[in-house]
Amino acid sequence: MEIRTKVITPDDKSPSHSDEFIKGLWRENPVFVQVLGMCPTLAVTNSATNALAMGLATCFVLVMSNTLVSLLRHAIPQQVRIASFILIIATFVTLVDYLLQAMSLTLHQALGAFVPLIVVNCVILSRAEAFASKNSVARSFLDGAGMGLGFTLGLLYLGMVRELLGSGSLFTFMLLPDNFEKWTIMLLPGGGFFTLGLWLLLINHLKRRKAQP
Amino acid sequence: MSDSLWSIFINACLINNFVLAYFLGICPFLGVSAKRDTAMRMGMAVTIVMLISSLCAYGIHQLLLLINAPYLELISFIVVIGSTVQVVEMIIKKTSPVLFRTLGIFLPLITTNCAILAVALFQTNRNYNLIESLIFALGAGLGFTLALLLMAGLREKLELASVPTLVQGTAVTLMIAGILSLTFMGFAGLGT
Repeated sequence: MEIRTKVITPDDKSPSHSDEFIKGLWRENPVFVQVLGMCPTLAVTNSATNALAMGLATCFVLVMSNTLVSLLRHAIPQQVRIASFILIIATFVTLVDYLLQAMSLTLHQALGAFVPLIVVNCVILSRAEAFASKNSVARSFLDGAGMGLGFTLGLLYLGMVRELLGSGSLFTFMLLPDNFEKWTIMLLPGGGFFTLGLWLLLINHLKRRKAQP
Repeated sequence: MSDSLWSIFINACLINNFVLAYFLGICPFLGVSAKRDTAMRMGMAVTIVMLISSLCAYGIHQLLLLINAPYLELISFIVVIGSTVQVVEMIIKKTSPVLFRTLGIFLPLITTNCAILAVALFQTNRNYNLIESLIFALGAGLGFTLALLLMAGLREKLELASVPTLVQGTAVTLMIAGILSLTFMGFAGLGT
């Protein structure tokens, strides 16, 4: 992944379109920097496949809801905007839920109740409220895509570490030799907390090192 | 369902604790667990809303079964939870200003607490009847409160400890949550 070091100052009124996309990948990554949407992040990342599926489902909902919210941003009255956003998000989530069920039943069962729970993923609502309701359709679309991909990447990092150490495989391909002692704890809920904690530690460390020339 | 009510309760509260085993309601778990006092209030608010929305969700599920429109389930659940929170807020404000001041800002925040929606979804998935649903919601709410209180107690102690600056904040909280989650696995034999 490309790491952009460019810093946008707050008074820079119109960041380029590509920057709207890039920012979600690293600088404002929803998982590692904003620490939003933790519930699905931790719950479904015990294998890389589940993490990828969850990430892409969230990404789709994020892009669609951002676009629609932005299209309707002048039509939605200020007082009922949160309720309207949630309704829009819930509609797309229902869509994804049925889509996933039709495409792969096993995947749908593995993710379980966490697909409908995308509705209350704070990343989506926060992008609708903080970005899409104030910006043009093209920008909102790019913002949604960037944030969604950033979220997917974050989930993948967690899922890959947990699957590799917990089952010795990656996307169900066995990578580690048979005599590798599997870290079962990585597949358990506790492992999710530990892995995310360690990633945050690593990112803190990288940030710190960059700040000190 | 052959599960007894007691096992449903223990299951939701301890064995499959919503926060530590299902990762539901992590946002308030990390956000408002700095003080025991606020943690207690948040837990209370969540438990109350869970019970009411569980009741409503049960009614809605029966209604949607009747008119054969399961695809409306998710949308109606989230609308019901949102409005339940609003109504509960208004009622508490009218009847008990003291309680209202205690719960304060936490009530509106609950709308986006995924644990509430999860209670509604799980009880429909598992085909619980009305009594089972309510017991399940009560167990989940109390389990949430317990996890929040434990975390808050630990974090208060942590204030006095010298934590390396690198892990301060979310990183160390997640580590503690991991250890708590491991200890809760000890309850696994209770339900059977």
